[in-house]
Amino acid sequence: MATPAPRPRIRLDKKEAKKGDLVEVKALVAHIMESGQRKDKDGNVIPRKIINKFTCEVNGQLVFAADLEPAVSANPYLQFKFKAEETGKVVLTWIDDDGTKIVGEDTITVS
Amino acid sequence: MTMTVSRREAFALGAGAVAVLSLGGVGPAFAKNDSDELIKAFTGGKAPVKGKIKLDLPDIAENGNTVPLAFTVESPMTEASHVTDVLIVAEGNPRGGLATFHFSPRSGVAEAATRIRLAETQNVIAIAKMNDGSLFTDTRQVKVTIGGCGG
Repeated sequence: MATPAPRPRIRLDKKEAKKGDLVEVKALVAHIMESGQRKDKDGNVIPRKIINKFTCEVNGQLVFAADLEPAVSANPYLQFKFKAEETGKVVLTWIDDDGTKIVGEDTITVS
Repeated sequence: MTMTVSRREAFALGAGAVAVLSLGGVGPAFAKNDSDELIKAFTGGKAPVKGKIKLDLPDIAENGNTVPLAFTVESPMTEASHVTDVLIVAEGNPRGGLATFHFSPRSGVAEAATRIRLAETQNVIAIAKMNDGSLFTDTRQVKVTIGGCGG
């Protein structure tokens, strides 16, 4: 598909946290997550196209990652937490089967 | 009160023993897909213990295309003791793998939620791996009204 990379939706449950607080992240990205199991009307298998890797880095440090399989629903939704250590960038990356990267960013302020 | 709790624990232990048996002894005839192999690759053949990880799924999923899944693992999540990986597999899907989650002490807590596809009524199994190599598991059965893997 030649559509532009979809804009992920990211929500942190707080923008400002105390050191050691848990910050909840909810992330949703529009993606077909084609499983490679379905067939089109001529009986040909529709090739697999999924997001197979998700990572969340805070200031360049990996805090959460997931390997996704075709059994993850379309428009994959992920919810997780991380421990606030210092103010910085929260970078979420989704990697497609074909290597395409979708990147979303937010910031967290830690006092 | 204490009576009920201990009864529950007894049941949980029983279920754990069954799970361990099915993983270790009965062999490949048990699951229809590659979930046994995935579990074996993840655990290195070690039998996981029931407990510590809690899998949260609906008892009945009306739409197998998007079934909410969540889990939490009890762990202090310190350098000395934390959860490193959590494997989730489905026994009745065309392929067993659902997702693998990776944690570090920076995660603060080992919990996550997502939405999955389930082809039919089946068991979903979660296995948590700790940094010391110990393994914990939980299983939930989900009844699926409309399957979610397309035709």
